[in-house]
Amino acid sequence: MRDKQIEDLKDYKYGFSTDIESFKAPKGLNEDVIRFISNIKKEPDWLLQWRLKAFERLKVLKEPNWQKPKYPKIDYQDLYYYSAPKSFKEKPKNLEDLDPRLLETYKKLGIPLQEQKRLNGIAVDAVFDSVSVATTFKDTLTEKGIIFCSISEAIQKHPDLVKKYLGSVIPITDHFFATLNSAVFTDGSFVYIPPNVKCPMELSTYFRINASDTGQFERTLIIADKGSYVSYLEGCTAPMRDENQLHAANVELIALDDAEIKYSTVQNWYPGDKDGKGGIYNFVTKRGLCKGKNSKISWTQVETGSAITWKYPSCILKGNNSIGEFYSIAITNNHQKADTGTKMIHLGKNTKSKIISKGISAGKSDMTYRGLVDISKNAFNSTNYTQCDSLLMGNKCGAHTVPYIKNKNSNSNIAHEATTSKISEDQLHYCQQRGLNQEEAVGLIVNGFCKEVLQQLPMEFAVEAQKLVGISLEGSVG
Amino acid sequence: MEQKLKTDFDKFISTSNFSNQEIKLKKEALDNFLKNGFPSRKLENWKFSDIKQIIQKNIGELTFYNDYNIKNEINDEIFIKEIEHNKIVIVNGKVERLSFEHEESDKINLTTLDNFNQNPNDDNSLLSLNNSFSNKIYNILVKKNYSFKKPIIIYQITNEKVSNTNINFQLNLDLEENSSIKIINLSDDNSEKNFINNLFNFNLGKNAILKNYKIDKKSNTNIKYDYSSITQKENSISETFIFSSGSDYIKNEVSCNLEGQYSSAFINGIHLLSKNKLHEIRTNTNHSYENTKSYQLIKSVIDDSSKSVYQGKIYVDSKAQKTDGYQLSKAVLLNEQAEFNAKPELEIYADDVKCSHGSASGSLDDNSIFYLMSRGLNQTTAKELLINGFLLDVVEKITDDEIKKLLKNMIGLN
Repeated sequence: MRDKQIEDLKDYKYGFSTDIESFKAPKGLNEDVIRFISNIKKEPDWLLQWRLKAFERLKVLKEPNWQKPKYPKIDYQDLYYYSAPKSFKEKPKNLEDLDPRLLETYKKLGIPLQEQKRLNGIAVDAVFDSVSVATTFKDTLTEKGIIFCSISEAIQKHPDLVKKYLGSVIPITDHFFATLNSAVFTDGSFVYIPPNVKCPMELSTYFRINASDTGQFERTLIIADKGSYVSYLEGCTAPMRDENQLHAANVELIALDDAEIKYSTVQNWYPGDKDGKGGIYNFVTKRGLCKGKNSKISWTQVETGSAITWKYPSCILKGNNSIGEFYSIAITNNHQKADTGTKMIHLGKNTKSKIISKGISAGKSDMTYRGLVDISKNAFNSTNYTQCDSLLMGNKCGAHTVPYIKNKNSNSNIAHEATTSKISEDQLHYCQQRGLNQEEAVGLIVNGFCKEVLQQLPMEFAVEAQKLVGISLEGSVG
Repeated sequence: MEQKLKTDFDKFISTSNFSNQEIKLKKEALDNFLKNGFPSRKLENWKFSDIKQIIQKNIGELTFYNDYNIKNEINDEIFIKEIEHNKIVIVNGKVERLSFEHEESDKINLTTLDNFNQNPNDDNSLLSLNNSFSNKIYNILVKKNYSFKKPIIIYQITNEKVSNTNINFQLNLDLEENSSIKIINLSDDNSEKNFINNLFNFNLGKNAILKNYKIDKKSNTNIKYDYSSITQKENSISETFIFSSGSDYIKNEVSCNLEGQYSSAFINGIHLLSKNKLHEIRTNTNHSYENTKSYQLIKSVIDDSSKSVYQGKIYVDSKAQKTDGYQLSKAVLLNEQAEFNAKPELEIYADDVKCSHGSASGSLDDNSIFYLMSRGLNQTTAKELLINGFLLDVVEKITDDEIKKLLKNMIGLN
């Protein structure tokens, strides 16, 4: 059996260059598949060994099951771990081929036609705006010495940087899904900002060509060297009809002395239908390390999609005077489930963290904020402020708050507040009295509820996110 | 340990006169405990204080056989003189005196329980341990429309004569419609290195009122687990106050089930810790009916290398609309080695509710100390004054004036 598999793999190795379109690694998770992925990507030996080490570790690890949203068991042997980018042939030729509901949403979000095409991978000719735009941007970036490319490219071109930082925040010995990712990751983004450079624009996967098909095991690595600044946008503001069931991505951020990283996510993946069928399991590990003094990492997320969201973007505040921030809006509707929050681990002196989390649940959905604030013995004079508010719509949904608060330093202060309530009748009445219909009124109130977080998003994102909030709650009132 | 449990259990059964029914239930409880063992860090409830490890480290192997035939003498000097009260005196897990001298005897029904609650689904194995080794369980039933004239003080005494290292005690209290009672539970520990496992069951009927004050002040090396289960019907009120300071380790667990409309539960607690102690309060309020209310206020002052833990959960069922739940925990860390851990949890399935929690921890405010010192106080007095005020906030929540005064004196807060 095993011999046969190896035999198959050999075939694929040669087949790759000629038959790019129908190309997939055999199903299943084993050492050979990992060797195969590494081989295809022409990775250096150290990375292959690194992957294999992770795989060894994976064999010992058990899938965690303490989370609130339960899901059917995933058969890891029944998944494809590598598939080459889909060719344009398989993709819809024009917008008319698309799901009309999708187009409807685009319209509401106000996404330009060209962008709509791009989001769905519709074949576009070479003069398509964004391509040229992307190249112009690339020039500006190169001029400043900023490296922004896919992680595969970085492995080839900047192996020293990758070797130094890959796995330094999320080690291969981490939890199940992170380790799985380390073993089989296929692609993702790589960003390096040289010392004292302020990245002149918001970096986004949107501008990077070839970014849309990175698959279910993405790996992102962002390094901000001394005194630099970068703002990174992840994801897409239009609903991706992704057919993958499991997304186990890893995101590592490293901020050196005086550097700042701002990472924003708007996630609107397929949440399953009204009866809770289908949808993405979004099990992502995101962790930032404030390695140097005076560094800052700020996470902003708007989570409206996915059947199950299970992620905790975290900050390890190692450098003295470092700052960690977490702003989150999570909206669940129908049968969606979310278990999300953050971890703020204070190690250095004078470290500060702030957590603002807004949860909205409607329909039959379930929402949990789970967070950890841990101030260690040596984190003198550190402070944390946490605020998590939940809004419930209807009595078939749930909202839960599970914060863990650990204070081991007497010079440090932690404050935590949480509230749960519904939209007040007075507010609704007031809005409706002024001519808004119920749905508009709810949208307005919810946007107000989320304002603190929406303000943190970059301008163009914020506008779309605001509309998204309204769309996600459609049909949840009345 | 398993062998010791079994031989001690057999010895215990053969020297006591339990009914067949009791023996059967006790055996079942023992089996359940043997199956699960002591809870450890692996269980979410015991994440912050691993009692299995704590017992092993501080006591070592436990012995369970308690000879309830021994008659213990009671020294009358220990009784509180400031207020008139009824007495329940428990020495080393055995009830030595039950006197309701201030009450009308026909309004109280005192029995022993033949059929006790087994909690088979509860992952709390300590309740099984309690069920298997506790003596006859007294049930105090307060009849309809009767209010206790004077409070009951439960003196829970241990002395050096105790032969076993694990002491189990259980008491049941039923409050019928419109009845009310006030209880002060006073610990007086004179033994060393025992594991004391208490279980109190309170059933509150319609309009019933329970006021329960637990005081652990005397410094001792015992390890304690104290579980109060409170079930409440329509319009009933329960008030629990916990002062935990003396023992080396205590976990106080209060579980309130609000099963009737307009019922309310109040739990307030103080941790005043120094040296190397670990105290935990865990509250669990289940709102399973409309218009119920719960309120928790827990304050900790932690010195030296002590640790304080608060785990609080508010559960709101989808039926329990108009729930009002509030939870606040605050801690002051006085020493670099001190530690405060909290897990305030909300689990809510109804939309028309008002639930919130807050938790804050940190050092004493430097500005406040400065202010007081600029007014001529020295630093120590200034700190004492601030801590006093911080804790007094909780004591002031006590609704019974007489008891409030007594406890203030007892704790030394003015």
